[in-house]
Amino acid sequence: MAVVAAKQDALGARIAGLALPDGGGWLGAARAEALARLAAMGLPGRRDEYWRFTDSATLNAPEAAAATLDNRAGAEAFSGIDRLRLVFVDGVFDAANSDDPKLAGVEIEPLGRAGGADIHWAQGLYGALEAQGQMPVPRPFAALNSAFASDGVLIRVTARADRPVSLIYRRKSDGSDVILHHCIKIEAGADLTLLESGPAAARFNSVLEVDVGDGAQFHHVRAQGRDPERRAVTHVFARLGAAARFKSFTLTANGLLTRNEVVVDLAGCDAVAHVAGAAMGDGRFHHDDTVFITHAAERCESRQVFKKVLKNGAVGVFQGKILVRPGAQKTDGYQISQALLLDGDSQFLAKPELEIHADDVKCSHGSTVGAIDENTLFYLRSRGVPMKAAQALLVLAFLAEAMAEIDDPAIAENIRQRLESWLAEHDGEGAR
Amino acid sequence: MMLEINNLHVKLEEEDKVILKGLSLSVKAGSVHAIMGPNGSGKSTLSYVLAGKDGYRVTAGSATLDGADLLAMEPEARAAAGLFLAFQYPVEIPGVGNMTFLRTAVNAQRKTRGEPELSAGAFLKVIRAKAKALKIDAEMLKRPVNVGFSGGEKKRNEILQMAMLEPRMCILDETDSGLDVDAMKLVAEGVNALRDAGRAFLVITHYQRLLDHIAPDFVHIMADGRIIRSGGPELALEVEQNGYADLLAEEQ
Repeated sequence: MAVVAAKQDALGARIAGLALPDGGGWLGAARAEALARLAAMGLPGRRDEYWRFTDSATLNAPEAAAATLDNRAGAEAFSGIDRLRLVFVDGVFDAANSDDPKLAGVEIEPLGRAGGADIHWAQGLYGALEAQGQMPVPRPFAALNSAFASDGVLIRVTARADRPVSLIYRRKSDGSDVILHHCIKIEAGADLTLLESGPAAARFNSVLEVDVGDGAQFHHVRAQGRDPERRAVTHVFARLGAAARFKSFTLTANGLLTRNEVVVDLAGCDAVAHVAGAAMGDGRFHHDDTVFITHAAERCESRQVFKKVLKNGAVGVFQGKILVRPGAQKTDGYQISQALLLDGDSQFLAKPELEIHADDVKCSHGSTVGAIDENTLFYLRSRGVPMKAAQALLVLAFLAEAMAEIDDPAIAENIRQRLESWLAEHDGEGAR
Repeated sequence: MMLEINNLHVKLEEEDKVILKGLSLSVKAGSVHAIMGPNGSGKSTLSYVLAGKDGYRVTAGSATLDGADLLAMEPEARAAAGLFLAFQYPVEIPGVGNMTFLRTAVNAQRKTRGEPELSAGAFLKVIRAKAKALKIDAEMLKRPVNVGFSGGEKKRNEILQMAMLEPRMCILDETDSGLDVDAMKLVAEGVNALRDAGRAFLVITHYQRLLDHIAPDFVHIMADGRIIRSGGPELALEVEQNGYADLLAEEQ
C-alpha cells in the first residue's frame, strides 16, 4: 500500500495550491466528477506500467520549474496559412489578439464563458471522453486537467469549415503553469481542421476531446517547439462515429519533457483514424508518445506512424497499443515506430502492443532503431551533395512516412520547412 | 593528364589486408580506358578509393584530377571537381524522389563551383530530354531513388545521373553486370553520347562484351592490385578467347 499512499501524497501536494474554477452548473459537476476520478488514481510514479520510461516527477511537482523562452526569431508555425486564429497567452484566452471567432458552420466559445449556461452542447462531452479513456490505462494528468482547467475552447462544427481553426499559444511568464481543456464536436458529415502551435507554458497540461460524428472528418496538425525548456503532457481523446475520419499529426522539436497521449475509440463501423508524429531531439530532450487505439466496430482502419530523430543524449519513448474488441471484424490496424539515432548517446524505448479479441482482422506492427546508412550517405556525397545536406535529406526521407499523414499540401510544406530549419540549426556535432 | 594515378597502395582500414599494390595509370581527356581483371584483383576498390569512400587507407602513392590532389578531397568535392562513379550496386534511397535527388545533386555541384543554380523549369526541360534518350519514363523520375527499380533500370538511372551532372572523368564500375543485351546497348548508347574531347572514361568490367559497345582506346589488365598489362582493344579480345589464366601465368 506504500505505493498507493505515495501516489496520494503526491496528488495532495500537487493540488494543494489549486482551486476548482468558479461556476456551478454542468461544468462544475463535470469538474467535481473529474476530481473524484483523480482522487481515486493519485499521481503517476515509476512503478506504473505506462510511466516506466518517463519520469513524471516534474509534472507531479507542486510548482512548475521556470523555463526560459526561446526568443530567437523564426517564423510562427502555420504563418501564411489562411486560418482563424485563437490566441492564448499564458493559458488565458486573449480575445483582443484573436480573430473574430466567426466561421460559417462553426460555433466557437471560450470555456470560461460556457460554464454559466444551464444547458450546453458540450455537456456530456467535457470530461466524458477523458473519463472513458481512463480504462484500462489510468491517465491522472487528464483527470487533473478536467478538474482544474479554467480555460480552453469549445467548438461545434455543423458544416465543412472553409478554413482551419488555429490555436496559438503564447508565453509571457517564465514560470507559467497552464492547464487548457478543449472540446470539439463535429456533427455528422461536417469537417474541421485544427492547428495548434506555440510555446504554451513552462509547464503545460492540455486535453482535447473530439467527438467526430458519422461521416464527419477531423484533421489535427500540431507544432510543438521553440521552447526548449518546456515540460508538457498533452492528451487527445477522440471518439469516431460510423465512417468518420480522424487524422492527427504532431511535430515536436526540442522540449525537456513532452508526453503526448492519444486515445482513440473507433466506435462506429468503417471509421478511419491515423495518428502520426515526427519528433526531433537534441541534447536534453525526452519525448514520449503514448497511443491507445480501440477498435470497437467492424471494418475500421487505424494507422500509427511515429518517427523520432535523436542526438546528443536525447531520449524517445513510444508506447502504442491497438485493442481489437470482440466483434470488431475486418479491422485493419497498422503501427510503426522508428528512431534514427544520429550518434551513440541517444536512446529509443519502444513498447508496441496488440491485443486482439476478434478472429478476422489484419494488424501489423514494427519498431526499428538505426543510424543513417553509410552507403547511402556516400552515394549522395559522390553525387556532389555536401555531408550536412545529405544528412538532412536522409533525415527528411526518414520522416516522410509520418509527414505523408498531413493531407493539406500547404500545411505539410509549412511543417517540412520547420523541420529543415531545425536541421540547419542542429547540424553541429556535439552542440547542446 | 586528366587522371593521374601513381604507385597507389591501399589497404582496408579495419583489416590488415592490402588491396592495391602500386597501381599506376594515366588517363588523357577524350580517351576511354577499360580495366579488366579477375574477381578480387582490386578493380572496385580502385573506383571507391578514387570516389572517396570510407574504409580504405592509402598507404603510398597519389591520384590527381587535373593536377589537384584527389585523395585530399571530400567525396562531394571530388564530384564537384568533375569525378563521377557509376556504382556497381546503386543504392536505394526510400523517401527521396529521384527528381529531387538529381536536382539537389546538380545544384549542389553548381553551387560548389560558384555557378548559379538551375531553376525548376530549366532543370525539368533538361532532364526530360536526357531521360527520354535512356528510356526512363516520368514515373521512374518520380519514384524514390532506385527503390523497386530493376537491375537494368538502376544502371540506366546511373547513366542519367552522369548525363545530368556532366562530369569530366567518368568511372563505370561493372555497369554491365546484371544487364541483358538490350539494356546493355541502351547503357552503352548513353555512355557513347557523352563521349567528348574534354571527357574521359574508365570502364571497369569483367567481360569483353561491354567493350563491343563502348570501344576503348586502351585496355588494362589488373591482377592482385596492379596493372599487369596494358594495350589496345585487341587485349580485351585476347582475354575473351583465352581467359585471364595465361596472362596471370606470364606475370608469374
